[in-house]
Amino acid sequence: MRAARVLLRPVGFAGFGLLTLVLLAAAFAPVLWGGRAAAVDTGNLLAGPSAEHWIGTDNLGRDLFARVLVAARLSIVLAVAATAISLVLGILLGAAPMLLGRRLGRLVTSAVNVLVAFPGLLLVLFFAVVFGVGARGAALAVGVAGAPAFARLCHTLMAAVSERDYVAAARIAGVSRIRVLLRHVLPNVAEPLIVNATMAAGGVLLTFAGLSFLGLGVQAPSYDWGKLMQDGLNGIYVHPLAALGPGIAVVLAGLAFNLTGEAFAAAFGLGDQPGRAHSMEEPREPVAATPAVPRTVLSVEGLRVTIPGPAGPIRAVRGVTFAVSEGEAVGVVGESGSGKSLTALAVAGLIEPPVRVEAGHLVVAGEDLMAAGAHRRLGTSLAIVFQDPMTSFNPAHRVGPQLAEVSRFHQRMGRKAALARAVDRLRAVRIREPERRARQYPFEFSGGMRQRAMIGMGLMGDPRLIVADEPTTALDVTVQRQVLELLAEVRRDTGAALLLISHDVSVVTDVCDRVLVMYAGLVVEELPSKDLRTLARHPYTRALVAAVPDMDTDLSRPLAVIPGLPADPVHVPAGCAFAPRCPLADDHCRAVAPALVAGVACHKSTEVPV
Amino acid sequence: MSTLSFHDVRVRYGSHTVLDDVSLEVTDGQTVGLVGESGCGKSTLARAAVGLAPLTGGQILLDGRPVPNRGRRPVQMVFQDPYSSLDPRMTVGESLAEAMPERLGRTARQAEIARLLALVHLDAARAADLPGRLSGGQRQRVALARALAARPQVILADEITSALDVSVQGAVLNLIRDMRRDLGLSMLFISHNLAVVRYVADHVAVLHNGRIVEFGPTAQVLGAPRHDYTRHLLAALPGAVPLKEQT
Repeated sequence: MRAARVLLRPVGFAGFGLLTLVLLAAAFAPVLWGGRAAAVDTGNLLAGPSAEHWIGTDNLGRDLFARVLVAARLSIVLAVAATAISLVLGILLGAAPMLLGRRLGRLVTSAVNVLVAFPGLLLVLFFAVVFGVGARGAALAVGVAGAPAFARLCHTLMAAVSERDYVAAARIAGVSRIRVLLRHVLPNVAEPLIVNATMAAGGVLLTFAGLSFLGLGVQAPSYDWGKLMQDGLNGIYVHPLAALGPGIAVVLAGLAFNLTGEAFAAAFGLGDQPGRAHSMEEPREPVAATPAVPRTVLSVEGLRVTIPGPAGPIRAVRGVTFAVSEGEAVGVVGESGSGKSLTALAVAGLIEPPVRVEAGHLVVAGEDLMAAGAHRRLGTSLAIVFQDPMTSFNPAHRVGPQLAEVSRFHQRMGRKAALARAVDRLRAVRIREPERRARQYPFEFSGGMRQRAMIGMGLMGDPRLIVADEPTTALDVTVQRQVLELLAEVRRDTGAALLLISHDVSVVTDVCDRVLVMYAGLVVEELPSKDLRTLARHPYTRALVAAVPDMDTDLSRPLAVIPGLPADPVHVPAGCAFAPRCPLADDHCRAVAPALVAGVACHKSTEVPV
Repeated sequence: MSTLSFHDVRVRYGSHTVLDDVSLEVTDGQTVGLVGESGCGKSTLARAAVGLAPLTGGQILLDGRPVPNRGRRPVQMVFQDPYSSLDPRMTVGESLAEAMPERLGRTARQAEIARLLALVHLDAARAADLPGRLSGGQRQRVALARALAARPQVILADEITSALDVSVQGAVLNLIRDMRRDLGLSMLFISHNLAVVRYVADHVAVLHNGRIVEFGPTAQVLGAPRHDYTRHLLAALPGAVPLKEQT
């Protein structure tokens, strides 16, 4: 499948086509045209192009076209040999820190770093002098000179892989360093290495041509493309094709290697464009626009989020309807893949094509996000807190100006006034010494403090809704509590509503008035959070609550588990998505999807013992 | 199974002291929970026991002898991230076979792989799968099976359920309890989740700023904490006390 992906691209097709031609020439040209290339014709010295000699003859009357074809073998063999030398030396040097231990490895790495700083050509010339003139010397010189670049690459790639836990696990299991290198590290860095080696081969080819052209490479009577160019240069004004012919061969072979490398890179995903090869097979179903529920800060009807995927569209959210009243706190719980985070992102207007958002309406603070241009007006009435406090700030800017930007953009405040408000807001989220902190960079903040600053950023405007997507998942319990308290306090002070997304049932019951439970892109149950542990009617909700140990869990019994795997969002079953894992499911459940009626989407909700 | 004991273990990176004279004992057949905030040194303690973190002082003994930090360790570790703990290019069977102490023949190896997978409640047919085909919970079970394949005397479990969904977490925790009961495993179970530790551990150690501030039977430490920091941790649990809306 991967090979097909390489070949089907224009770049891959051209690259492989050219490379095949070049390799065929290298393999068979000396056999087929070796005699013709060596045949001396004294009556036809330095002749121009003719029907018999397409690009003319050389100073002994030998046919240059045949010589260019025959020279392919030596040129390619030398280029591949030199690349192989670079690659092997590079891998050895790059693996040194793994094989030799920390201190010796560091020495090797520093040496490589110094060598990388030298211009490549200088190294080639230096080594060419060291190893002596001739094909072998040139191959060694080019190979050794290319090694530092590969060593650097290998070192970086291997360092990333050897941080992985499976390498640590192999070491703990007593696997020797060499075996770890061969079994775990090399296979996992092979793809980028192959891509780079293929591309480097093209460059090496050119370097060789250059060396031979300078007279440092291949010596007569052997000849490669560089040597042919050198020979043809004397008559370049009389017979330009004599020099250009081998030149064109170098260009074509170089292109063949580079395009093949590009095609590999694209196929291995190094330069892949997401979504291009993926299709949205389903036609867009028209959604009838519906009016928003009155007196709500958030009203959503029939929200669907669809992501294009290689195996068909992923229906991550499949029709979610809910509303949040002014000042209300609503929690959304569910496991990964339930669509809870995408629901939050859609509410925040943060989903971009190719991911598709459809809804009857999606009204946030009076703005229908399904209408054009609504996002801009949301800037001050919506606040967002994300899970990872490290990535929600731009690491290159100070915290204060990042907060101030909100007011400068949305409220057209001046720089000074905006910064003053930023400091005031940082104080409001209980960050000590806000003036000093505003001048600091995000990395100088702890995780909890960054989350506070993020909430502060939401408070730069006058938020009527705060969307918090797993705001405390990356934090310790003690810090989590502070952030949750801050959210509660902000709600009390500003009267803002809260939409809290979490996988943690206990966090949601602590903070929210009402809970939506999501499974496979649908809301399966909606109930007051105080009833979540005791009065849940949907079997999934009950299983979810029972699966989480708390400080009162019965230690003598095994924890409740939900058998089976979560529904695959590409192939959602026709009936109830939870039916395959549900102990109560019958044929009706598997055939007909239950609607959300009176707060629960389950055919069996009346049978569940409460 | 055997006793793993940490004696005045000290780990320092530059001027930063991660572990400061930590002494702790994981006795035969016991599960000891280690709790604390992120950055308090929990993982470093486990990594030090398998030679992945260099000791600045103190020693780590297994039945009175230093734990070797070369070759096959008698102490095995299971890591937090199920997506980084298995080599994506090796099948489940190959990963398990790699950790086995002796080279077995083909049939013996297959039988051992099937036995290990059965221990962690996985189908033997999974042996031919690459990790990419497994869910997070299944990967974590394979990681556990790999640790068992090395026939360890002690297992270190470093936040093994924190990257898992709650429904899967339950299955892994049940498995840990089954294994202690059936195999008599000694285990150091590291987690920031007190409820999880309460469920699996016999004893609990509370680590704060690189020092153990409290150690004792689980019910005692979590039920009647003596140290302020332990009380602070317990009070921070969601639902422990109502959120103060005024600070």
